[in-house]
Amino acid sequence: MIDDSLSILSVSRLSKRYAGGHCALDAVDLDVRKGEIFALLGPNGAGKTTLINIVCGIVTATEGQVSVAGFDISRDFRKARSMIGLVPQELFIEGFETVSATVAFSRGLFGLAPNPSRVEQILRDLSLWDKRNSPMMALSGGMKRRVMIAKALAHEPRILFLDEPTAGVDVDLRRDMWALVRGLRDNGVTIILTTHYIEEAEEMADRIGIINRGCIVLVEDKDRLMKRMGKRQLTIQLHRPLASLPAALSERGLTLTESGDALVYTFDSQRDRSGIADIFRSLADNGIDFGDLTTTESSLEEIFVSLVRAP
Amino acid sequence: MINYYGIRAIYTMEMARTWRTLMQSIASPVISTSLYFIVFGSAIGSRLMSIDGVGYGAFIVPGLIMLLLLTESISNASFGIYMPRYLGTIYEVLSAPVSVVEVVIGYVGAATTKSLILAALALLTAQFFVDYDIQHPIWMLTFLLLTAVSFSLFGFIIGIWADSFEKLQVIPMMIVMPLTFLGGTFYSISMLPPFWQTVTLFNPVVYLISGFRWSFYGVSDVSLAVSLAMTLMFLLVCLVIVAWIFKTGYRLKQ
Ligand SMILES: Nc1ncnc2c1ncn2[C@@H]1O[C@H](COP(=O)(O)OP(=O)(O)O)[C@@H](O)[C@H]1O
Ligand SMILES: [Mg+2]
Repeated sequence: MIDDSLSILSVSRLSKRYAGGHCALDAVDLDVRKGEIFALLGPNGAGKTTLINIVCGIVTATEGQVSVAGFDISRDFRKARSMIGLVPQELFIEGFETVSATVAFSRGLFGLAPNPSRVEQILRDLSLWDKRNSPMMALSGGMKRRVMIAKALAHEPRILFLDEPTAGVDVDLRRDMWALVRGLRDNGVTIILTTHYIEEAEEMADRIGIINRGCIVLVEDKDRLMKRMGKRQLTIQLHRPLASLPAALSERGLTLTESGDALVYTFDSQRDRSGIADIFRSLADNGIDFGDLTTTESSLEEIFVSLVRAP
Repeated sequence: MINYYGIRAIYTMEMARTWRTLMQSIASPVISTSLYFIVFGSAIGSRLMSIDGVGYGAFIVPGLIMLLLLTESISNASFGIYMPRYLGTIYEVLSAPVSVVEVVIGYVGAATTKSLILAALALLTAQFFVDYDIQHPIWMLTFLLLTAVSFSLFGFIIGIWADSFEKLQVIPMMIVMPLTFLGGTFYSISMLPPFWQTVTLFNPVVYLISGFRWSFYGVSDVSLAVSLAMTLMFLLVCLVIVAWIFKTGYRLKQ
């Protein structure tokens, strides 16, 4: 269990049914720790945006509670929202507004006094300073997305939500964005990003939550998940089925399949492979003939697919 | 606790939109007012008798200003809140630590400011065509302000209700324009047959124009108190609807 004092976002029994009757979230519980990068991973339509939008006050929940640093998002909405910055999935812009005006607007909207040097710093960090007087419609797609990020950072949030931040984003922006995210994390900002790219979650996150059909199916430290992912399986097809596994083989960690015609060895792909040589020696010692050898790697992708497959 | 900077941010952004479109914003009231005066004030009006002792050209000034104030307040405010909904930029306001009241003050305040500026321009323009005087300037400003605020609120409601550009236009065109024309902009309702006088009393715009005209010339179709009461009532109704909209998230949140 997570120590409550470390949890900066706490979601409990959160459900959302849209007007059409579609259940986008089904009694979701989630805790995000202060200062971590949390990736919410799930296929399209899983409910990621819905979850974020409820926390940010854009969508109203059907049931359940959300608190941000202990502040309930409806009762203490001012305190809760002041801490949150949101970069939405889509580019929402007013084309005639200039870059600096729209960033200054965001800062003011969140209740902070104007601070031109702070805004300048944000624009420079995002390579937007040269474009500060351009109207938004004159910017490229990548630049517009940078502006969305600048707007979200304008009020110096303690929690930053990035909804599908790299969907359709070029390599430069992707690299800059991750550098920025790491910088923010170093300054104690909690980052919650959604993605349907596994590599992205892998690359960035400290912890990963997997969501599917409105349910959180797994939340785990990335490293632990990676260890699972690092597992390889060697399957040894036998010429003659075995009734039972010789003790010498089970000691080495082999298991017999139910049908008895194959042996399975699960091992850590990062470690050296000396174990495998021993296994073959044991097989020979026990007079076991074998045919096909196959190895499979259980990737995060696989874990993901098995978790989210329709029941 | 009031998010003062939040109100200011919304207001400033809305006013920036106004300044960006300044030329067309200014041109419209100046041109339309001039046209009304050329047609109704000078051309036709010169052949008409004075009404209640006021020359026809001067008589229509308050009504024309009201016409402009109503249409501008509604269109500025409805457009002001409809556009962010349409573009999706409303997400930011919904996610910000601003209360309903603050959002309304920002948007409605900016729409009110703009329509007051335009009304002032129209009044100046009218000066070129007719002589008019303002006997009760404080009351004149009071009616101007109350009407601009009420109808900006009304426009705000339309801008939230509308889910297409057509709907944005339909109420101003189909309801507000006719009510204003029939509400005594160009005539005194005492000139109507008794039956139509009674019907006209159901038109809320009659009270606005009547009170406003009284502040100019000291003559009115209905008493000042009734005019004021009706204006305040309209303001109250709009406030209640706006409060309900934000409480329920109607058309703003899913
Ligand atoms: N405004 C809406 N009205 C009705 N259904 C919606 C609405 N927004 C999203 N949904 C549905 O809710 C589900 C979750 O959507 P969303 O949260 O956007 O998923 P994700 O961000 O994970 O792709 C989807 O099935 C989607 O069709
Ligand atoms: Mg989404």
